[in-house]
Amino acid sequence: MRKAEIVMGLVMAVFSIYLMWKSAELPIDWIPKKGPGGGAYPFWLSAIMLLSALAIVIRGLLGKTPESRSTEPYMDRQTLKLFAIVAGSITGAIALTHIISMYFAVALFLIFYMRFLGGHSWKTVAGFAILTPVFLFVFFEAALKVTLPKGYVEALFYPIYGLMY
Amino acid sequence: MEILQHLFDGFIIAFQPLNLFMIILGCTMGLFIGAMPGLGSVNGVAILLPLTFLVPKTAAIIFLGSLYYGAMYGGAISSIMLGIPGASTAVATTFDGRPLALRGEADKALIAAAMASFVGGTISVLLFTGFAPPLADFALRFGSPEIFALMLLAFATFVGLGSDDIPKTILSICIGLVFGAVGVDVITGQPRLVFFDLPGFMRPINFLVLAIGIYGIGEMLWVIETNKGEVLISQATVSIKRIVETFKELGQTVKMMLMGSFLGYFVGVLPAAGATPGSLMAYGIAKTMSDDPSSFGKGNLNGIVAPEAANNAASTGSMLPMLTLGIPGSPTTAILLGGMVMWGLEPGPMLFVRETEFVWGLIASLYVANFFALLINVGFIPMFIWVLKLPFTILAPIIFVLCIVGGFAPTDSMHDVWLMLIFGVVGYMMRKLDYPMAPAVLAIVLGPLAEPALRQSLLISDGSFAIFFNRPIAGPITIVALILIFLPLIKFFRRAKPYTEPQR
Repeated sequence: MRKAEIVMGLVMAVFSIYLMWKSAELPIDWIPKKGPGGGAYPFWLSAIMLLSALAIVIRGLLGKTPESRSTEPYMDRQTLKLFAIVAGSITGAIALTHIISMYFAVALFLIFYMRFLGGHSWKTVAGFAILTPVFLFVFFEAALKVTLPKGYVEALFYPIYGLMY
Repeated sequence: MEILQHLFDGFIIAFQPLNLFMIILGCTMGLFIGAMPGLGSVNGVAILLPLTFLVPKTAAIIFLGSLYYGAMYGGAISSIMLGIPGASTAVATTFDGRPLALRGEADKALIAAAMASFVGGTISVLLFTGFAPPLADFALRFGSPEIFALMLLAFATFVGLGSDDIPKTILSICIGLVFGAVGVDVITGQPRLVFFDLPGFMRPINFLVLAIGIYGIGEMLWVIETNKGEVLISQATVSIKRIVETFKELGQTVKMMLMGSFLGYFVGVLPAAGATPGSLMAYGIAKTMSDDPSSFGKGNLNGIVAPEAANNAASTGSMLPMLTLGIPGSPTTAILLGGMVMWGLEPGPMLFVRETEFVWGLIASLYVANFFALLINVGFIPMFIWVLKLPFTILAPIIFVLCIVGGFAPTDSMHDVWLMLIFGVVGYMMRKLDYPMAPAVLAIVLGPLAEPALRQSLLISDGSFAIFFNRPIAGPITIVALILIFLPLIKFFRRAKPYTEPQR
């Protein structure tokens, strides 16, 4: 936990320096008759952020926060495994959306999660994997007129479009 | 009398078929979401906001307002039945609710919680109706310096009154404000903070991306981690006879219900405080005021009604500054405020002048929602207990799917979905280290409103910060805000020395 506390503080410090540098692409000083330049507001906020991040690191090194005194691991093996699988499967689902459309990506994600993490029966899994995309289609495409990404399989949806319009 | 007329018009709006349906749907979904361990009003509002584009804005705010309400009722269900708070706002309810459930009196605890929620809700809506119009009227005189001073005060309360680590709170506020500045500089029109020159950053970061990331993805990761163990679900048998008996017993708790309601309301009005500290404070006061403090924590009904009345009252209280001043009183109202901006409304006192239908429709629907939430809650207790038995491996993936779709729908962009995932994962990792996340969400909503206010004020004063001090309304607000920010800092430096020495 202690290491994580200090590392996170350092990461935030570096990130705020990046933000300061990025803000400085716009004028950060006072422009007569126009007020502060466009970069001033984010620049000074990032500067405060940097100070806070440094305070977090220093307090971490001095052992002032409960986290920096904790000897427990930041993530134990079991948590890390669970976190990797869950976050990884969401990442996979979003990545697949670009290729096989959000509908099929969602179905695959549900099958993976419910069957392999949850161990539910194929009947339950199939029910959710089919009904969820159908619900999403009806809600977004038909009712809200929001087109969800279809990737390279758009052609599969042409017959349904034909029915709708 | 003008207020009564407006309220009457509001009821006509609330009773329109679509809006009434939204109230019932919102209450029911809120009860379910509140009952799920770990999920509360803020998660429900963040995840479901993108789905409200289907209906007009008044129906949408009524739905979300009812959901907020229902979630406050529902939080008690899992606190009592599982001993796990359904939301942070229901933490105090576990103290006495769980012992009652373990004694086989879960139904008594549930009914007491529902009744207290109803009393808290009703009193706070009455207070709200009385306070809101004059406050909005007063706020009409506010200019940019006053608005900026109020926003400063909102952030200062997080630093001064929040219980989290101060540097982490300030960092969280600044991250949110900087992310709120991404895209285009509103005053000069120049592109700004376009990270890695990605075209997705040429637009402002939608607050929902951060809100769904943190309260959807991040929260679920958190819940999955903490819910690894098995839990014991208590049984509740509900019968008319037992309900009547409970009501008789509730007669003795009226005093605590009223105390919780008033306390909750006023704590809820403060930006950083909200329902969680409100309910904990109410519990503490109920215990000190009691003739028999030792019975608390062992199943004293007073220990249930005080926090439950307070958390419902606080949820209404937090809407007061949101509607009248445009400053949200809680993370949930921050998301509601962001939603109002998306619907094309300009938050602030002008809302009461220009959007009377929206404002009074919402207020009237709170009265109606309160009534329905009580009815649905007591009537369908067995159904909500069934929700608690739903396996998490079914609920979690469905919520993740809603997050992915909800991240995409408001802006039609996959860029936002990826950003939401990053916010969720990083937010979860920061939360594990006790970084508070609510200030960041509040900041990304308020940022785009705070920056123009700041820059316009500085233009008026030609660069002098004195403008925030020498105006009759802005001055005191700024001073209070600065005191709140610097008070803990002074304490922090004073305490710094003795802290290090004993450790050799």
